[in-house]
Amino acid sequence: MSFFQPQTRSAPQKQAADPQHQPWVEKYRPKTIDDVSAQEHTVAVLRKTLTSSNLPHMLFYGPPGTGKTSTILALSRQLFGPDNFRSRVLELNASDERGIAIVRDKIKNFARQTPRAQAVSSDGKTYPCPPYKIIILDEADSMTQDAQAALRRIMETYARITRFCLVCNYVTRIIDPLASRCSKFRFKPLDSMSTSTRLAEIASKENVPVTDAVISALIDTSHGDLRRSITYLQSASRLSMSTDPPTDIIPSDIEEIAGVVQSSVINNLATTLGVELVSSDAMDVDSSNGVKAKGFDAIRKTVKGIIRQGYSASQIISQLHDLIIEHPTLSGRQKAKCALAFAEADKALCDGADEELWILEVALRVHKALST
Amino acid sequence: MSLWVDKHRPRVLDDLHYHAGLSARLRALAASGDFPHMLFYGPSGAGKKTRIACTLRELFGKGVEKLKIDQRVFLTPSKRKLDVNIVQSNFHIEITPSEAGNYDRVVIQELLKEIAQTQQVDLSAKQRFKVVIINEADSLTRDAQAALRRTMEKYMSNMRIILCANSTSRLIAPIKSRCLLVRVAAPDETKTIEVLRYVGKKEGFDVPDKIAHEIAEDSNGNLRKAILVLEALKMQSTDLDKPLTIAKPDWETYCHKVADMIVQEQSPQRVMDVRAKLYELLSHCIPPTVVLKTIADRVVDQVDESLKADIMHWAAIYETRMRVGNKKIFHLEAWVVKVMSLYKHFFYDIDMSGFDD
Ligand SMILES: Nc1ncnc2c1ncn2[C@@H]1O[C@H](COP(=O)(O)OP(=O)(O)OP(=O)(O)O)[C@@H](O)[C@H]1O
Ligand SMILES: Nc1ncnc2c1ncn2[C@@H]1O[C@H](COP(=O)(O)OP(=O)(O)O)[C@@H](O)[C@H]1O
Ligand SMILES: [Mg+2]
Ligand SMILES: [Mg+2]
Repeated sequence: MSFFQPQTRSAPQKQAADPQHQPWVEKYRPKTIDDVSAQEHTVAVLRKTLTSSNLPHMLFYGPPGTGKTSTILALSRQLFGPDNFRSRVLELNASDERGIAIVRDKIKNFARQTPRAQAVSSDGKTYPCPPYKIIILDEADSMTQDAQAALRRIMETYARITRFCLVCNYVTRIIDPLASRCSKFRFKPLDSMSTSTRLAEIASKENVPVTDAVISALIDTSHGDLRRSITYLQSASRLSMSTDPPTDIIPSDIEEIAGVVQSSVINNLATTLGVELVSSDAMDVDSSNGVKAKGFDAIRKTVKGIIRQGYSASQIISQLHDLIIEHPTLSGRQKAKCALAFAEADKALCDGADEELWILEVALRVHKALST
Repeated sequence: MSLWVDKHRPRVLDDLHYHAGLSARLRALAASGDFPHMLFYGPSGAGKKTRIACTLRELFGKGVEKLKIDQRVFLTPSKRKLDVNIVQSNFHIEITPSEAGNYDRVVIQELLKEIAQTQQVDLSAKQRFKVVIINEADSLTRDAQAALRRTMEKYMSNMRIILCANSTSRLIAPIKSRCLLVRVAAPDETKTIEVLRYVGKKEGFDVPDKIAHEIAEDSNGNLRKAILVLEALKMQSTDLDKPLTIAKPDWETYCHKVADMIVQEQSPQRVMDVRAKLYELLSHCIPPTVVLKTIADRVVDQVDESLKADIMHWAAIYETRMRVGNKKIFHLEAWVVKVMSLYKHFFYDIDMSGFDD
């Protein structure tokens, strides 16, 4: 359907704006702050700034895909409109050079300029266009400490004519003196209700039939990251449309796309470690009656098999974690020992440690915890 | 003449031998015009790059196979010059960040901005975007990953990124959130044998059952290795009828020797001997993690069941320290000493509680 679009030849400069081919994450990026799902508190506060012409320095923080970048961009656009956006807003992110030299030079220069007079808006709307500029430092947690320190003075000196908005995932990576100069807004992982409303909205606009089960699979696999659930939904819909005749999306499609490890793989690992399966899933495993833990070699073999399948270690560990922590008959002490192993593995993987060694380590420790 | 691995590498999605479901999904995505950013992950030799190349072919047609290699010079912030080789066609560009070392951020950003700002000039192009392939994405520095985040969103209208990695755990969450993740599992033994047979047939001979099985088992899911071994064996004996042994690479034999040394004797002198061997391995650019894992695997095969878990535990601990730390050899050595002491403890039942940790 995408091939041979005649208009792409006649109007190449318009290509970028063709929404039909845009990924849905971009297509449905909130245009105004009222489009932002969840984050009610933040939106309520920001809505006031639209009328009051007063805006504090701000620090947005929260996990990926919760609307931080979208919110500040939407707010800036609502404040200044398309014509003044350029002269009033400076957006810098981790892809720009943001070392100390740039902070002293580019950021400072922009910060000290007196805001230009409001240009007449060409779209006929009126915008508040308050008398200050906004500097957005997206992904600020990747700025060096030195560069952050250099910002302190600039923030204070030009506070009258320039507001800063720092956006980051980890608020602890922003140095205290900066953080304390800002109003902080926490962006929470999206709750199930908001995710489901937003997804249903997108699905209906795109004419994609989705069942409640599919929505709930999307919620379960995306852990409050809306960007991720939108990407999954779009991919699933592409795949279901491509079959002949088109089929409906089913929850297992979503799990497949999201890289969820099949429960048979996890169950097989668990029984090798001596975990007794009690749920109905136990049917998948041949040795469901009277589980007997196996020795080192069997465990190593199972782990090597998992590695060959290419599963991500953190996914394996998190699913094994759920199975063990929610297990109805294991003792608290056994679960506690396992939990320690899971936690250490998570840390090690974040440090870039070898996946095979750590799946094996977790497996052996669970095995030991269960056999004592 | 090219090697069989390259000569018989599938070029289009339809020719791919296994994971037919995955191929169908890739075809559907390529046809939809709103292709997402993607992350292919899976073990080495499972066919990630082959699959990526086939997907590109599906997206752009035969033109993507016309490659040229450019040598480009980049300027680091400290004004040092960096030479980097770049493979590209009219529709895509391919980079391996490890070539740029610690300056991968600079190289990637410059390339991406350049691509994002140029429009597709080829009017017959099937897609309006260009694709950037980043190989070994799990070795990207954190800095470079952070820099990709907003770029991936901002330039989505005329650029897509395909990341290729062995594992996802070294990629930061915001990157994973921006990609469609595609797992490429290694082929199982039957599938490996199928491919070997196919390659054999193309070269005009039948691969005997026994040989096929042996190669498949030895390759452990690494198809590249399997095909290379097949070719090597065929060179040794054209009929493939004599009993053949699959030669292990030198470094592996060497690691096994080290493992045996550890099990045979535990003494300060032995530690010194082992150390010399470890240096030798590292100086031949065998990755320290591979060295540690190979030795550990061999050691646990020769010790009592009650020691195995502990030995692997310390392998995991010291491997992690090696990643965070700076001097790889320190941690390798520390692990060797640890294993020796565990072993001695086990044999002579000495109280080693003072050595815990
Ligand atoms: N609260 C939200 N309301 C509506 N859409 C959202 C929300 N959060 C995320 N999205 C969707 O996800 C996409 C990405 O959101 P955004 O760029 O704001 O994430 P972010 O919080 O900046 O993430 P990161 O930390 O990874 O940069 C948006 O284009 C939008 O489609
Ligand atoms: N699906 C496949 N069918 C047949 N041969 C394949 C397939 N995938 C890979 N190969 C063979 O294996 C070799 C290695 O694959 P490659 O894509 O380089 O692996 P990776 O990128 O995962 O390390 C290729 O050169 C090709 O000959
Ligand atoms: Mg963002
Ligand atoms: Mg490869």
